[in-house]
Amino acid sequence: MSDFSEELKGPVTDDEQVETSVLSGAGMHFPWLQTYIETVAIGGKRKKDFAQTTSACLSFIQEALLKHQWQQAAEYMHSYFQTLEDSDSYKRQAAPEIIWKLGSEILFYHPKSNVETFNTFADRMKNIGIMNYLKISLQHALYLLHHGMLEDAKRKLSEAETWRHGEKTSSREILINLIQAYKGLLQYYTWSKKKRELSKLDKDDYAYSAVAQDVFNHSWKTSVNISALIKIPGVWDPFVKSYVEMLEFYGDRDGAQEVLTNYAYDEKFPSNPNAHIYLYNFLKRQKAPRSKLISVLKILYQIVPSHKLMLEFHTLLRKSEKEEHHKLGLEVLFGVLDFAGCTKNITAWKYLAKYVKKTLMGNHLVWVQEEWKSRKNWWPSFHFSYFWAKSDWKEDTALACEKAFVAGLLLGKESSWRSKNRPQTIMADSFFLAWMAICMYSLGTGDRLEIPLACLEMLRTSKLDGGWAPVPLE
Amino acid sequence: SVLEEFQMEEFKERCTQCEAVSWGLTDEGKYYCTSCHNVTERSKEVINSDIIPNAQIKALNRGLKRKNNSEKGWDWYVCEGFQHILYQQAEALKNLGVGPELKNDVLHNFWKRYLQKSKQAYCKNPVYTTGRKPTVLEDNLSHSDWASEPELPSDVNSPFLESGMESQSDVHTRKSLRISKALQSETSVCSGSLDGVEYSQRKEKGLVKMTVPQTLAFCYLSLLWQREAITLSDLLRFVEEDHIPYINAFQHFPEQMKLYGRDRGIFGTESWPNYDDIYKKTIEVATFLDLPRFPDITEDCYLHPNILCMKYLMEVNLPDEMHSLTCHVVKMTGMGEADFLTFDPIAKVAKTVKYDVQAVAVIVVVLKLLFLLDDNLEWSLSNLAEKHNEKNKKDKPWFNFRKWYQIMKKAFDEKKQNWEEARAKYLWKSEKPLYYSYVDKPVAYKKREMVVNLQKQFSTLVDSTPTAGKKSPSSFQFNWTEEDTERTCFHGHSLQGVLKEKGQSLLTKNSLYWLSTQKFCRCYCTHVTTYEESNYSLSYQFILNLFSFLLRIKASLLHEEVSLVEKELFKKKYSVTKKKSKSKKRRR
Repeated sequence: MSDFSEELKGPVTDDEQVETSVLSGAGMHFPWLQTYIETVAIGGKRKKDFAQTTSACLSFIQEALLKHQWQQAAEYMHSYFQTLEDSDSYKRQAAPEIIWKLGSEILFYHPKSNVETFNTFADRMKNIGIMNYLKISLQHALYLLHHGMLEDAKRKLSEAETWRHGEKTSSREILINLIQAYKGLLQYYTWSKKKRELSKLDKDDYAYSAVAQDVFNHSWKTSVNISALIKIPGVWDPFVKSYVEMLEFYGDRDGAQEVLTNYAYDEKFPSNPNAHIYLYNFLKRQKAPRSKLISVLKILYQIVPSHKLMLEFHTLLRKSEKEEHHKLGLEVLFGVLDFAGCTKNITAWKYLAKYVKKTLMGNHLVWVQEEWKSRKNWWPSFHFSYFWAKSDWKEDTALACEKAFVAGLLLGKESSWRSKNRPQTIMADSFFLAWMAICMYSLGTGDRLEIPLACLEMLRTSKLDGGWAPVPLE
Repeated sequence: SVLEEFQMEEFKERCTQCEAVSWGLTDEGKYYCTSCHNVTERSKEVINSDIIPNAQIKALNRGLKRKNNSEKGWDWYVCEGFQHILYQQAEALKNLGVGPELKNDVLHNFWKRYLQKSKQAYCKNPVYTTGRKPTVLEDNLSHSDWASEPELPSDVNSPFLESGMESQSDVHTRKSLRISKALQSETSVCSGSLDGVEYSQRKEKGLVKMTVPQTLAFCYLSLLWQREAITLSDLLRFVEEDHIPYINAFQHFPEQMKLYGRDRGIFGTESWPNYDDIYKKTIEVATFLDLPRFPDITEDCYLHPNILCMKYLMEVNLPDEMHSLTCHVVKMTGMGEADFLTFDPIAKVAKTVKYDVQAVAVIVVVLKLLFLLDDNLEWSLSNLAEKHNEKNKKDKPWFNFRKWYQIMKKAFDEKKQNWEEARAKYLWKSEKPLYYSYVDKPVAYKKREMVVNLQKQFSTLVDSTPTAGKKSPSSFQFNWTEEDTERTCFHGHSLQGVLKEKGQSLLTKNSLYWLSTQKFCRCYCTHVTTYEESNYSLSYQFILNLFSFLLRIKASLLHEEVSLVEKELFKKKYSVTKKKSKSKKRRR
């Protein structure tokens, strides 16, 4: 501050003015700016060495963690604890959380660390300030869970649940809900184990009623614990799933549906594909009408067009009576195959082959053209390259055949137009011809019937070199 | 109080029971052995009365020793705190091999003079007696009549510290301090010291207030007065390496000297001393103390550029032959003259030479003269040297800049890495936490305890091999020996490859030179030139970085000094023409 104002007041020598006017060529002239920038570069107000070294220490810890050098990280951590005593109150307040995060990470991986060390550390950190008590308790419980110590974890969660200190804030409320929900999840786990036991028991077994009673009790406690959390917007997949499972088990279908519908459709919740998947699976189990299923999957299609349920969606659409659904069915198939992860999905290719053919036969050439328009630039090299032709043929002949058939339908049509109008498109044609060759093989097996005449015509007239000579037609 | 600490030293008999020499004082003023708790019959007053037969002192003595209550500790003044720190620092310097006169005479006298000039003691109206702000200039501050003021360090007849602060003048201190006690009692709530609040509010014009960095200015002034073989950068490095108490020096205060509240701001430090800052403070203090001209820095002094250059040439592994060139530059620039080198605070413009920085700058200039450092010539000269050395394996090898660079770069990078790591691991907080008020005390102590516990826990995770402990102090940071085959030692290499004979004299083969700075800034900014790294050759950058790391200063500071040396060396060029790259031939 003082440096700055002094620089402002300081007289500017001629030399400097020349320099700065060169610098600011845009017409603006700030004679003091250059000198100010220089002061900044030279030092300006010095940061305290304490702040400098502790922030350097933090970077060393982060670097060590990144390189999995737990030993070094622990060494630097030893020095980093002093930030708890930082004279800068803002930094001092932020320190416990940073230390907890770094320290727990180190203790999780360090070879000399064990559950006991971790427990001591967690208990210490919980009691430095009250801000982090709940968060640390929860993470502590998760650590114990990770080490299979269910009972200890449950105890930690109960402790945290009953902890009261200071005023209730909304962020703390959520944390308490979360802690309760985790407790619920642990109860669900026990319940589910009991349920399995129950299913093994004979109904007439003398133990049956006792176990059944037990199962029931658990369910009640759990539902109380979980239901509060899942009303708050957020992603609560495991909680929702186990909650619904229990509701269903006790026949509360309406309740389950309400929970799932709310989870999937409430706009306050973040967009979550799983919510729709759970709902769909639930509805499917409940044998809901097709239109309802379609409407659920429609949303999933918008979020994850490559999801494996899309093939089921396609089937549903195909079976629908509405024409717009048929068109959507085609879109969905193309959409699935746009993704690299689905390129070898033989079902998708089989469906596509069948459906394109059906669409063409059903006089909906426009639909196919519409889909193909945006893909014709990249699908040939993405799906129908020479490389894929060869490797598919080697690895999965059935897949190769399906792809060849689709290629024949899509490329063939295109190529035949092109070869008529523009003979220079030999490259595209050679892909096409390669695929055609596979097509020929598949024809030979006799389960594919039609290939557009133009393609066959072209194939017959073209010259090929290399090993991809077409098999003559019978 | 602190004053007693000093007194303790005079009773040096062995304990009759355990033979230890470690005495403490009981509340009655009797000596007891701190190791076996054997209480003697000897009491403080008896001993003192041998030296100063004055009944009044005894009474005062007892008064100061009295505790307010056990919780609050002793009554003490801020200046006593600083005195304690100075004492510790002087002790540390003594342990580093500095002569005992520094502690006993020089520093003591500077300090007394300071107390007097700042109106805290040794004067008619000490600040504490009046309770109001005194006018500083009312007394004989401005005139330099030495007779009426405390003896200067040259008079050795006032034994400092060793014999305690019971010399006559100290009595004045006590007397004045005591009287104001009643006035202080109200304000002392916000500080452990009696005058912490008032001290932090004192703001008279012309007053140089004591701060923790200031203690180093006092140390450096005393070192300079004694012409000791410790430069400012050495001093600061020793501080950084914890050989001289500085960070948390207060934690060695006696148990009963409690610090909190305002004391925190006065005695707490969270930064290492900065070269430029301490340099400025040194001049400030010397001017304030109105010190006369310091003893001459002559050619046989460590601080003389010729000797320092030799030292730094050795440090950075450069050939000894370069020394004659540095001497030549020193001679041409007149930087070796006693008048130039000697510090004179009462001169018109008080300024002292940055001896270490200047010596290093001379070396940089010589390197530029020999190798030009334009990222080009130094490499082609290296090629020549390499070829020559291959052909003549038995001769004294020619200095090869490239090889030197490679070895130094590696050594420098390693050193710097270690330094950075050590800094990142530095523990700043004292065992005695500083807190704002008694309300905060339990919190502060609890925090401390937690930190200690956490540290204990994590130290079990660290490999048991102890991290190379405290380094023993050395003025050298690098060590080059002929025996080390890994790291070539260039001290004995010859400069033949870069010099040529012409008649009786030797010329540098390189006939070009470029100036580090074309024009010097004449405005009010504190720097005379700026250093924008990217504008300079990589070799120049490397050399500046290497040297500035050794001195723990910013590269820009060294660049500035190089420019100043050049300004002296090429005075004519600066005054006649300011063209760049004027060729310059030099003889030796």
